[in-house]
Amino acid sequence: MARVSIRNVHKSFGAVNVIQGISMEIGDGEFIVMVGPSGCGKSTLLRMVAGLETITSGEIAIGERVVNNLEPKDRNIAMVFQNYALYPHMSVYDNMAYGLKIQKRSKADIDTRVQRAAEILELSALLARRPRELSGGQRQRVAMGRAIVREPSVFLFDEPLSNLDAKLRVQMRSELQELHQRLRTTTLYVTHDQVEAMTLAQRMLVMNAGRTEQIGAPLEVYSRPASTFVAGFIGSPPMNLIAGRIADGGRLLSSDGDVHVRLPSPHADLDGRKVLLGVRPEHLEACEESSAALRPDIDFIELLGSDSLVYGHLGADRRGARIAARLHTSVVARQGRLPLRFAAEHMHLFDPDSGKRLEE
Amino acid sequence: MVERRRGLDLLAYAILSLGVVLVALPLYATFVASTQSLDQILKVPMSLVPGSELVANYTAVLTSGSGRTASAPVGHMMLVSLVVALVVPAGKIVISLLSAFAIVYFRFPGRMFFFWMIFITLMLPVEVRIVPTYAVIARLDLLNTYAGLTIPLVASATATFLFRQFFMTIPDELAEAARIDGAGPMRFFWDIIVPLSRTNMAALFVILFIYGWNQYLWPLLITTDESMYTVVIGIRRMIAGGDAATEWNLVMATAMLAMLPPALVVLLMQKWFVKGLVETEK
Repeated sequence: MARVSIRNVHKSFGAVNVIQGISMEIGDGEFIVMVGPSGCGKSTLLRMVAGLETITSGEIAIGERVVNNLEPKDRNIAMVFQNYALYPHMSVYDNMAYGLKIQKRSKADIDTRVQRAAEILELSALLARRPRELSGGQRQRVAMGRAIVREPSVFLFDEPLSNLDAKLRVQMRSELQELHQRLRTTTLYVTHDQVEAMTLAQRMLVMNAGRTEQIGAPLEVYSRPASTFVAGFIGSPPMNLIAGRIADGGRLLSSDGDVHVRLPSPHADLDGRKVLLGVRPEHLEACEESSAALRPDIDFIELLGSDSLVYGHLGADRRGARIAARLHTSVVARQGRLPLRFAAEHMHLFDPDSGKRLEE
Repeated sequence: MVERRRGLDLLAYAILSLGVVLVALPLYATFVASTQSLDQILKVPMSLVPGSELVANYTAVLTSGSGRTASAPVGHMMLVSLVVALVVPAGKIVISLLSAFAIVYFRFPGRMFFFWMIFITLMLPVEVRIVPTYAVIARLDLLNTYAGLTIPLVASATATFLFRQFFMTIPDELAEAARIDGAGPMRFFWDIIVPLSRTNMAALFVILFIYGWNQYLWPLLITTDESMYTVVIGIRRMIAGGDAATEWNLVMATAMLAMLPPALVVLLMQKWFVKGLVETEK
């Protein structure tokens, strides 16, 4: 087990800068999830830690060792790939034992390690099978087994669950969590699925276009997104963002097209400033006309059983911001304006130009 | 799918039967001829009932060849053919595996240049470059040797190309997983690439065995010594020109013998052959 330091790391493929300066200190035994949309560079970053991609500039250290110029096998890491990358012609046992055989360990040692890993992952009955005789979830477990037997200081996961169906994904997610609690190995986990990120991470690194958007614990990222990008990426449906200018001594947000949002707590210091107001769909609640903060025009409603998603828009002529609200009360009205309110602690303000959060 | 109808079925069987007759009849005629004595064979029309000389004819060709045209025993020729038909595919497979491995998995300067160089030689079959190749082999003093018979046939763009295409379908992650497991390039080659290519190798072996066995022009040019005749050349040499009468019964027996090994290889390797053509183990 080891700490991992990523220090101002850059990566370019020719003229394209894929990663533009990322730094992060990862503690011993931490479970870190790197999350971001496709093409944000998260997999590249992971592959740089693994040693499968060279580092253009900056430094990556595992433990006390800078590993920039080390071969993957010398970095004491293990990686699980999205498509599992199991050796198709080898049995499950041999797949797990292959790395150990190359390390020239004794047969007895290899056997103990493989048997133990198989037991942890409930693969003991399948050791003689070939990968193609296994289901997706079992293959995934073999790939993890191959990582476990090496007893590495860092686990690297590259979207390991995205080839599984939804139900299996939930199950494997909890198995992964259990596994981490049991082994306490430092883990870097790449995904584009925000649910995976929220549930697995101790801390998450939200990336966009090769840059860090935010580093923090999942709940912190959820409740205090550092930018409009994070606000839109984490949470489903994404956070409502309403552009406008603070007016009326900080009590109102208004913009063209007859959009008015009453702020639950006054922000006199921001009076007259252009902002983006953010509020999550699940933090909006239906209320009396008199206490409403905003009154979107309902476009359509999705009934999910446990709650309903109401989609609408602000202002006249459909020019205002689109609003989504997750309501627990049943919505009777299918048309017209729906009065909604939200609490002061659930309001987020962002700078409209930089997209960064305005600290209050 | 076409609908099943009795009339269509009958038509299909009729066409298939016709095909079988077309292919099988000459083979049968060859077999019948190889069992008759020279006198019987020269009768017109030739009888299509097997004669009585089967054992005598085959023993004669295997041990002493065709006496009148003074050729070597066919037994020895078959041995020479076998060496050629084994060395050529083996050499081709080894060389193409390695060169395809280099082209797909190593980033060296001129990679594409070399690939295209190899690829372009596809356009130049043995027959086109036969004169310069002959000159080279003659200068190297390799006429009438096994090396001279086989080496020029070993280089193969087709097999290199085939393996390259196959390697490119192997997911990159497999190479990366092996790298993380600590396997060096040659270890990866032996432990992963070679086992995965087994079915392709088997299919290629069948095709190349027949290719090697059936070589005609090249052995004809560079073998002048009877002891280096392949069986295909042997048949050619048995057919005498001019005044000497050709012992057709012996020629036919030799032809039957020449057909046997390729047929055996196809029969025995059929399972692997089909596997290699249709399925990849991934």
